[in-house]
Order: sequence, then structure tokens, then C-alpha cells
Amino acid sequence: MAQIVIASHLGSGRVMFLARGSSEGSVSWGGLIETSEVAADEERAAALLALAEADANARHEVVDPYLIDVEEEEDGRLRPTKWREAIRCLGPTIRKDLGKQAEGAEA
Amino acid sequence: MYRYDEFDHALVQDRVTQFRRQVERRMKGEISEEQFRPLRLMNGLYLQLHAYMLRVAIPYGTLDSRQMRKLAYIARRYDKGYGHFTTRQNIQYNWPKLEETPDILAELAEVEMHAIQTSGNCIRNVTSDQYAGAAQGEIEDPRIWCEIARQWSTLHPEFSFLPRKFKIAITGCERDRAAVKVHDIGMIMKHDEAGEVGFEVLVGGGLGRTPFVGKTIRDFLPKEHFLSYMEAILRVYNQLGRRDNKYKARIKVTLHETGQEEFTRLVEEEWETIKDSTLKLPKEEVDRIAAHFEPPEWKALPDDAPTCDARAASDPEFAAWLRHNVEPHKAAGYAIVNISVKPPGEPPGDVTDVQMEAMADMADAYSFSELRVTHVQNVTLPHVEKERLPALFDDLAKHGLATANVGLVSDIICCPGLDYCALANARSIPVAQELTKRYTLERQQEIGEMQIKISGCINACGHHHVGNIGILGVDRKGEEHYQVQLGGSAKEDASLGKIIGRGFTQEEVVEVVDTLLDTYLELREGDEVFIDTFRRVGIKPFKERVYGAA
Repeated sequence: MAQIVIASHLGSGRVMFLARGSSEGSVSWGGLIETSEVAADEERAAALLALAEADANARHEVVDPYLIDVEEEEDGRLRPTKWREAIRCLGPTIRKDLGKQAEGAEA
Repeated sequence: MYRYDEFDHALVQDRVTQFRRQVERRMKGEISEEQFRPLRLMNGLYLQLHAYMLRVAIPYGTLDSRQMRKLAYIARRYDKGYGHFTTRQNIQYNWPKLEETPDILAELAEVEMHAIQTSGNCIRNVTSDQYAGAAQGEIEDPRIWCEIARQWSTLHPEFSFLPRKFKIAITGCERDRAAVKVHDIGMIMKHDEAGEVGFEVLVGGGLGRTPFVGKTIRDFLPKEHFLSYMEAILRVYNQLGRRDNKYKARIKVTLHETGQEEFTRLVEEEWETIKDSTLKLPKEEVDRIAAHFEPPEWKALPDDAPTCDARAASDPEFAAWLRHNVEPHKAAGYAIVNISVKPPGEPPGDVTDVQMEAMADMADAYSFSELRVTHVQNVTLPHVEKERLPALFDDLAKHGLATANVGLVSDIICCPGLDYCALANARSIPVAQELTKRYTLERQQEIGEMQIKISGCINACGHHHVGNIGILGVDRKGEEHYQVQLGGSAKEDASLGKIIGRGFTQEEVVEVVDTLLDTYLELREGDEVFIDTFRRVGIKPFKERVYGAA
């Protein structure tokens, strides 16, 4: 199962994704799931999480990073496999005008 | 209403300054998230699924128009234009920014409000009857005692790190509108045989993973011992309460594991050592607090209300609202008005900034500037002249606040669930929305008194255990599922619901509720309400209708 790292922005609490191309000494975070660095196996996932945790402790841009399972669609889109994470990545299902779905994130 | 004295002002201002500095240090990275988390939680700031969530205390659910306007302003200026009234009579904002939270707390302090002790293992906001000071049959205004408890428990050094959170509810009426029997401590005002006023003291009620109805450990407590007895209970709990397992740390488990008799003995033993100490309440101090809760200057009015009656006779919508949302008042010519914030299809308890301001204006115009937040997530105007009810109804209707459904099937208690909450397993609001859209007023009136309560996880913020019909969202292999319970009550006849069987999908559970209501209507005798029918016939016929006879 493919995995990505998700976290919360320290100042706003917004959901953030460990961005594609992040590496030691050069970590960045994006606001949309599409920007995520994807780990194809457990070893890479553990490495990404370690990178994210080290960055959270060093730069304090995000808090509480953790891994979530995602599926890659044929069109390249990433979809969380669990409801909870899908809601985190979009916003409240009862208020489409709020959260990331209001900023262009798609189901 | 209680007004802050210099100690309250200083305490809240100090906390704002302190938290501002803590946030600055966190933003600069001078303290870690691990160090900061307990500090933000002590100020009611959680980190939820999409953003931070700030829980603001509304002491015993009472607020004035000035405070409601401030809540509206905060919703508009610092959040997304709405707030959520909770089952603990608080308000939650779902989108505040960490950097702006000290400013929000400073805004709150301007109107004598704060977020202290809305989280953490301490004594939380004391809750009460939303009709306090207005209810017929009330022995005394319970808010006097809530305020005494608030002052005693605020930053109480001995009780700031309890084994687990601690919730107290107090009512001055036999009729329980504050769910006192499912609180860690429930206090019910009563007379003893000599006619003296005191309290029946219940301990160990609670919902969550291990639900219990509270047990009476003292049948009558004289008023002057109100604090010393609570202190004795808290001391015993603080010593015996389990700190090794958070799921067994609430006082309900302590009482259950210790045994009611032994627990009571320990409390009484402790109380003997402190009952005549400084905790014994001097009458002058009680009178000083009570002066803040003197009734407003009600006019001497006749109790009949011809204008109101005439409108009711000619306007069925007004008549329905009058029947369901308006309650008798202790003063002749006045009524208590419940504003339902549960129109069909909307999240229960969510109120916009504009609606909050409208309610503040209506409190000024009709109810001596007073409002209450109820534990069933509605808002009450406690003192309205009966003859002005038609005008109030029209004003409410302009703001979508005149839904006539209080106490009916669409007056649902519902937690934020998985749409917002980091602890939830399933969404609860969409289930409530489907149910509130489903029933016409006529159908709701046919069903009669009904409390549906929905929680998105076992922590039971939606009080599902004490719903006549309770719905619990669970995670079944990554899918949302819903267990259904029947026969709960949060009133003076408190009881815990029984699970009817295997769970359902979100689509199914709405149909199941329909089946349960049909079954009740077929089985009920005379004027029986749902809970009475359930207690008479038991769970079996409901189960058979839902799952088919075995």
C-alpha cells in the first residue's frame, strides 16, 4: 500500500502534506494531497516519517506528522483509503464551503 | 447575572497574558509540541481534523446579550462565521488560528468569559437547568450554587490534576433538564422533612465507554456543607481514582470498584474532618452570590394573554411553536421560550454569527438581555412576556430560528462526529440531518416526546446512552457503522439504553429509526410517550420488527 505523510500546520492547524521532492535538509510541506511525496513501500514510508518528524521538531512549521495509506488512481490522483483521512484531506462532508474542498481539493 | 469581581478579572487577564507568551514561545520553537499541548488544552484549544478547535466556557449555560454578541463577533472575525453549542452548554469554534487564540481570549475577557478548564483532568464548567430562575416548581435558583462551585473549582490547586476530567451538574427542580444523573457529581435541590433546603448528592454517573447512572450517596446535604462535601468527594476520588488506565479513571469506575457503601463511608469520613472548616459556607457569602441572581424586575401582569391566544387561534405555525417551544414561567404573564437551533437538514447546535447577534437583540428586546444555552444544544430566552410572544415569533422566523420542534423527534442531540472531531469513528451530523429532514411537523407531533441522541464514537459527547433512541457511530473495518440503543433517558427517571443488535450502514440506520417509531406507534397505549411504551413492552418487539422474528 502506498503511503504519504500528513500533518497539521502549527499556526493555522490546516492539514499539510509532506511535499514531493522532500529530502534531508530540504523538507517542504504542501496544502494539497496531489503535492505529496509517495512512499511505495514500508521502508520508504518509515524514512519519510522520520524526515517529517525531524522537520517538525526542527522548524516547527507542522505538528503531529503521521503516515496514511493512499491509493493511486489511474489519472495519478491520490485517494486516502480510510474515511477519516479522506475527510481530513477535503473538509467536513456537511459543509462543502469549508476546508480543503473549498480551496480546490477534489474527492 | 454574576459579574466578575477584581479577582476574577485579574485571573482571566493574567491567563490571557500567560497564554499569549506561551503561544509566542511555541511559534518561535522555544517549546516543543509535547510541552505546549497541555498548556493549550488548559485554555480549551484542541487540534482537530481540519484545524484548531476552541471550546469557550459558558458558565452554567447563562449569558447576556453582550456576551452573545461577542461570541458572534469572534465567529465572524476569527472563525468561519459560526459556532457550535455543545451538550456541556459551551460553545466551540472549529477554525481558529493558534496565533490569534490569545486575541480571542482577550476579546472573551472583555465580556467576562474564558476557556479555562474546558479541557484537561480538572473540574469542568458546571452545568445546570436552562430554566433556572424562571422554572415553575423550582426550589431555589441553582445558578447560585453553580457559581459557588465555579469559584471554588477554578484553578483549585488540589483538583487541577485529577485522575480524569470531572463534570458537575446542579438542578433546583425535581424535573431534571440538566441530565444531573449522568454526571460525576449531580446535585438535586430538595427539602428535608423539616422543610430545610439542601441537596440530594449523586456520584458516579457518566456516559462514555462505561456508562453509569449516578448513585445517591447522601439523601440530604444541608446547604452550608455544599462545598465541604464536594471537596470530600473529590479528595476520595483523587486518592483512589486510577491513574494507570485512562479508561478506568473516571469516578464512576472508582465508585463501582470501591463499592457504593465503602465509597460513601470514605467520603463521610473525610467530610467529618473538614465539614466545619473554612469550607463551611457562611450565609453572608451565599447571600452575596445570590444577590447576583435576583430575578429581573418582572412586571405585575395578568396571566392570561389575549393577543397571544388570538394569534394562536388563527395561525397554526405560531400555535405549534407555542405548544412545543414555549414553557410556563414562575411569574404570571411570562413564559420561557426555547429557540430551536435545529431546523430541518442543518447540523444540530450550529449557529451563525448573524443568528447569534439576532438572538442577542431579541434577548435585549424581550428577555431582560438574558439567554441560556441548553444541554440539548438549543438556546433559551428565560423571561418573555406572554403578550409579546407573537412579536418574538415573527422576529425569530426572520432569522430561521422559529422551528417548532423542541422535545420532538427532530430535536436531536448530536456531537460533531467525524466531520470535525479527531477522536470520532463515524460521522454523526449527516445522520441527524437525514432524520431532521424526514419528518413533517404533523408526523413529529404524532410521535410525541422523543429524544434521539447521536455520538460519533464511544466517548458519547452526543449522549447516545441516554437517548430514547441512541445512535453510536463505530468503525467497522474502515466503514462507518451505527449501533442503535433503545430505552435511555437523561431525565429524572434516568436510564441507559440497550443495544438492539448488530449495527447498520448510514443509509440503513435512518430506515431503522423509522421502523422503531412505527413500532412504537403501533404498540403505544393511550398517551404513552416512547420511553413509557418501551419500558412496558421491553426491547423484544422492537428487535423483531427491525431484524425479523427469530
